[in-house]
Amino acid sequence: MVDAYVPPLIITVIWAVIGIIGPFLARGPNRGVTQCCIMLTAVTCWLFWLCCYLTQMNPLIGPKLSMNEIMIMAREWGNEIKDTMDVVA
Amino acid sequence: MGSLFRSEEMALCQLFLQSEAAYACVSELGELGLVQFRDLNPVVNAFQRKFVNEVRRCDEMERKLRYLEKEIKKDGIPMLDTGESPEAPQPREMIDLEATFEKLENELREVNQNAEALKRNFLELTELKHILRKTQVFFDEQEGGLNHTTESMTRALITDEVRTAGASMGPVQLGFMEKSIDREDYLPCFVAGVILREKLPAFERMLWRACRGNVFLRQAMIESPLEDPTNGDQVYKSVFIIFFQGDQLKTRVKKICEGFRATLYPCPEAPADRREMAMGVMTRIEDLNTVLGQTQDHRHRVLVAAAKNLKNWFVKVRKIKAIYHTLNLFNLDVTQKCLIAECWVPLLDIETIQLALRRGTERSGSSVPPILNRMQTFENPPTYNRTNKFTKAFQALIDAYGVASYREMNPAPYTIITFPFLFAVMFGDLGHGAIMALFGLWMIRKEKGLAAQKTDNEIWNIFFAGRYIIFLMGAFSMYTGLIYNDIFSKSLNIFGSHWHLSYNKSTVWNNNFLQLSPATSDYEGTPYPFGLDPIWQVATSNKIVFQNAYKMKISIIFGVLHMIFGVIMSWHNHTYFRNRLSLIYEFIPQLVFLLVLFFYMVLLMFIKWNRYEATNAFPMTEACAPSILITFIDMVLFKESKPPGKDCHVYMFWGQSFFQTVFVLIALACIPVMLLGKPIKIMQARKLANEEVQPITGGSSDAEVGGMPNGGGGGHHDEEEMSEIFIHQGIHTIEYVLGSVSHTASYLRLWALSLAHAQLAEVLWTMVLSLGLNKEGWLGGIFLTVVFAFWAVLTVGILVLMEGLSAFLHTLRLHWVEFQSKFYMGQGYAFAPFSFDSIIENGSAAAGETE
Repeated sequence: MVDAYVPPLIITVIWAVIGIIGPFLARGPNRGVTQCCIMLTAVTCWLFWLCCYLTQMNPLIGPKLSMNEIMIMAREWGNEIKDTMDVVA
Repeated sequence: MGSLFRSEEMALCQLFLQSEAAYACVSELGELGLVQFRDLNPVVNAFQRKFVNEVRRCDEMERKLRYLEKEIKKDGIPMLDTGESPEAPQPREMIDLEATFEKLENELREVNQNAEALKRNFLELTELKHILRKTQVFFDEQEGGLNHTTESMTRALITDEVRTAGASMGPVQLGFMEKSIDREDYLPCFVAGVILREKLPAFERMLWRACRGNVFLRQAMIESPLEDPTNGDQVYKSVFIIFFQGDQLKTRVKKICEGFRATLYPCPEAPADRREMAMGVMTRIEDLNTVLGQTQDHRHRVLVAAAKNLKNWFVKVRKIKAIYHTLNLFNLDVTQKCLIAECWVPLLDIETIQLALRRGTERSGSSVPPILNRMQTFENPPTYNRTNKFTKAFQALIDAYGVASYREMNPAPYTIITFPFLFAVMFGDLGHGAIMALFGLWMIRKEKGLAAQKTDNEIWNIFFAGRYIIFLMGAFSMYTGLIYNDIFSKSLNIFGSHWHLSYNKSTVWNNNFLQLSPATSDYEGTPYPFGLDPIWQVATSNKIVFQNAYKMKISIIFGVLHMIFGVIMSWHNHTYFRNRLSLIYEFIPQLVFLLVLFFYMVLLMFIKWNRYEATNAFPMTEACAPSILITFIDMVLFKESKPPGKDCHVYMFWGQSFFQTVFVLIALACIPVMLLGKPIKIMQARKLANEEVQPITGGSSDAEVGGMPNGGGGGHHDEEEMSEIFIHQGIHTIEYVLGSVSHTASYLRLWALSLAHAQLAEVLWTMVLSLGLNKEGWLGGIFLTVVFAFWAVLTVGILVLMEGLSAFLHTLRLHWVEFQSKFYMGQGYAFAPFSFDSIIENGSAAAGETE
């Protein structure tokens, strides 16, 4: 179950590095503004990703697929349609 | 510290310049562009100012230069524009310039006049040539007949002696007729001339009516067009010849010709004379041609020589004029030896300005150094934000709404990121974002070259000025496009979908639609790591249902956070201006109100995302997830919510109803604090201040603090009526409270526009491109090319341009209204320094407004 947390952790760490370490690397006459921009970018982008992740974490509905779409999925994504139901509740 | 976060500190300075050094010093300051002069002679008429003569001379020079420019443009000679700006010349050089321009102008006028006279001559000769040629035809036809009729007429009407005299005289000639009166009465005369082709029918009719049909007109067209000397137009003319008899008819014919502006020419009747005349005309035409050619060459040479320096001269003259306009703003002091000026300067730049002044004094050779004296004032300084080419565009966006008040928090540095980000939330498409980002990047890479080509095209100038904004918007849109998993309305499947099908073949065959369930192994249990799962793009039936819930939530989340950010900015403003009353009685209740109601709603969203899972035990399954909107409404109305499903819990977490009641009561308690707190405190302070002046910068809620930011012994007291203060505060409170609800809802436009964009892209795909992709074979290939062209045009025109413009506008509104109304005063005026660059850019129009 630990590796369920790996992708969000990686992404959070990336944005954290950009947002926290990045400002220290800012140079030049507009240092303050550059720092502000880097921090804002990191926060907004990370938050945007986080909301998308949380929405899908516990979905309340599932996708409704037509027969055509199911068969395309089966062919392209290797999502084979079995002969017997394969439900694990 | 100079930074973009607040506008620069400005100081009002007095400048003492020695009269000789004044011109050079002002010239240096103009190159620097950091000083805003004030008009010290506002009541003086423009014609009574000290340097009005010099300004007049500059105007004259500019007029001459414009005349030269017009002539150069007429000949189509390219003007050299090196882009460099020459320095303003010394006053003594002005006389040299004037002399040069005068000489050039006179020369050009003379050349033009000569050319015109020559052309007129040329025209007459050409017309004469045509006449001689055409009338040849007439006379050839009439030769036998005319003589015949002449003879018969003369035989019938005159006596023998006269007849012999008339016969020996030969054919009639114009000009000889005045001598023999009676012959004139009876022998036919003729006139020949040239008239514009359009006028010919009317001319004929008039002749016929006026002369009662007793004249005979013949005409022939001149095939080649002739050049009108005055305006250079090519006109078509016709040759005509009129035969008439008698004196009265002659006068009538002549008058009509005059009226129709037909030019008459003497035309000999004898063929020999005609030939001689024709040859003479030909030689004269050739001579004239040579002379004309040489005149044009001379003119061309003069203009080419002038064109090399024209732009340079324009710049110099404009600079001189600007300097004299500025000098007109100065005051002459009592001793008449030095000029006094008042100007606004940024504090940080005083050193630079003093250096420039010293340079100017040295150049003019004066010994007395200029004095820059800082003055204390209570006036409101202008707002100056030091920007570079990147931040200039964002500052312009903010200033378009209203220039910041002096030294208040500048929203521009945050706008650099939040503006493209909110745009991207509405625009989110990897493909369209890429197009936009590439366009912006191209403009940025080719910046120097594109900036040098000055065009008048407004639309291009706007796009070019916003190239950094466009690039950032495109870049952020690419990111949000990746998160929305939308590239030209298709999804990318990078990590593999986390939804799988578990139905068997018979179920699939027998059902048109099947829905996957999050409770079973259809859903892997962990979400797609980056962005929306690609299966939602495939599930065209209920994709929108899922995305609506997602996008509405993020709109509110980002909206509430944006507004809280705005309120926190007002905290910075209050602390900077030492506005303790506002800090306690405005900022704190405002923040608490916003947090307790709307930030709580945001927290509810996060809680709902976290707690309700389809695989949970009852009652925390997805069927029991309550609607946040209903919860919020019930909370504010103090109503007991209904359970969202059978046997479900009403609340998401323990103690929710208690917390909700407490929060609403706190929010309600904030309102009277906002409404009455500050005015009551002011009233109390005023009662105490009846004896002594207290150093509290009170006043109304939108008082401006001028002069020193230290406050000192009372800033700018606005002794308003108490009732005014109460009313102001009331308006402010109502605006804030009602605004918080309406602004939060207003952020839902982030959802609305992103939905519209996604649907438009999908329509273009389904209705346009997929039709092309469906065809097969060679014909299909050609069809696909045509369909692709159509799809590309629509994508760029509708989705990138129109939707881009629309999202840009909505983001701008969100910034201006929802964000800035929380803290921004915007009552300042912009710093307009005396700068040659801006004057020359605006051309001669702005030269009169250097204040």
